[in-house]
Amino acid sequence: MSSSDYKTIAKDGLWDNNGVFSMLLGMCPAMAMTTSATNGFGMGLATAVVMAASSFLVAIFRSRITQEVRIPVFILIVAAMVTVVDLAMNAWMHELYKVLGLFIPLIVSNCLPLARLEAFAAKQPALPSFLDGLFMGLGFTIALTAIGAVREIVGNGTLFADASLLFGPSFKAIELRLLPADTGVLMMILPPGGFLVTGLLVVVKRMVDLRAGKEIQMGGAHSVA
Amino acid sequence: MHTPDTLLPQPAAMKPPGLIHGVILGCFCLGFGLLLAITDRLTLDDIAARALEDRQNSLAQVIPSTIHDNDPVTDTLVMKNAHGREITVYRARKAGTVTGVAYEIYGSGYAGEMKLMLGIAADGRVLGVRVLAHKETPGLGDKIEVKKGDWILRFDGLSLGNPPAERWKVKKDGGQFDQFAGATITPRGVLAAIRGGLDFFAANKAALTETK
Repeated sequence: MSSSDYKTIAKDGLWDNNGVFSMLLGMCPAMAMTTSATNGFGMGLATAVVMAASSFLVAIFRSRITQEVRIPVFILIVAAMVTVVDLAMNAWMHELYKVLGLFIPLIVSNCLPLARLEAFAAKQPALPSFLDGLFMGLGFTIALTAIGAVREIVGNGTLFADASLLFGPSFKAIELRLLPADTGVLMMILPPGGFLVTGLLVVVKRMVDLRAGKEIQMGGAHSVA
Repeated sequence: MHTPDTLLPQPAAMKPPGLIHGVILGCFCLGFGLLLAITDRLTLDDIAARALEDRQNSLAQVIPSTIHDNDPVTDTLVMKNAHGREITVYRARKAGTVTGVAYEIYGSGYAGEMKLMLGIAADGRVLGVRVLAHKETPGLGDKIEVKKGDWILRFDGLSLGNPPAERWKVKKDGGQFDQFAGATITPRGVLAAIRGGLDFFAANKAALTETK
């Protein structure tokens, strides 16, 4: 693989074929976990770790997995990686786990990792697959952080609230209050806000792509799930 | 006239299901099952230690260290509360005498059950209340957490009788405690939980504070 291929993988994952905004996958965590930018960021990072690890493993074993049993094997690998991350974080990154712990088991129900395993890792060598999982996960992180940021600013008037609980006291400085307390539109924090903001950000992404003269990649065109 | 039904799968055209697929799936299950077992073993002690630390931390917040010289986490008593639910009572002792107890209390909030830890001194005063787990709306109902507001601290030092029992309610219900702007159900649930916890202490005072 040449370096331009790696660039394509990175660009695909982060923007062109973004899991949330282009493929419309992983909608459940994208809307349920984005009540704040910090929550979205944490959920995205945990997903990225699981995606990179499971893509790498599937690519290694791809010649031994037959067509007939590939879906159960993929699910098995994703579920095993999620459990390993869950246990390891609980034991060795406990402060982070207390914030993110509830979200981690939900990664299993996210169809984005499964879609990338089927569409990419099942056919490609280990390194590109690892990078595809990583960048798709980072693109997912960007999307969730963006949705969380908009909902948090409009709904609560803050940005990156409680970031210091997630990353340590030195991140206190990025916790911003942009609007006075109690002026937020509560609905944006509640489930309808998740749908509204996700939809609007999909529109924004497509408008940017159209303006740049790009072909719009329709949701589902590159995926199975 | 007889025409063959070509829509049905023809047995001859179907490949017999290979045993090999089952073997492959089984191998992966075995391999990853082993990986999970190893991870579980490696993390078991650390996770148990973290869980103990968590419990010690939440107890330390509702039982001041000045009133005990024992380790309340290990000095426990299992009792049934008024709803028949088993609760673990942690006892703080100084020189063998019980100076305070702490136990979990439960209230129903806007989005399901809330779990709190209540600390009570031997004379029935509230030592402290802390939320352990809840699913209330972020930015609205979660002001019951001590890191998001000092609302939960206002119960310290109060007891059943101060204020009188009928005043242990939110202002909207004729009590004396503030609800939050836009959220009444959450504080109402917390107050009901604390009331229940105080009643439990009053009903079982002898059993809770007896020195064994």
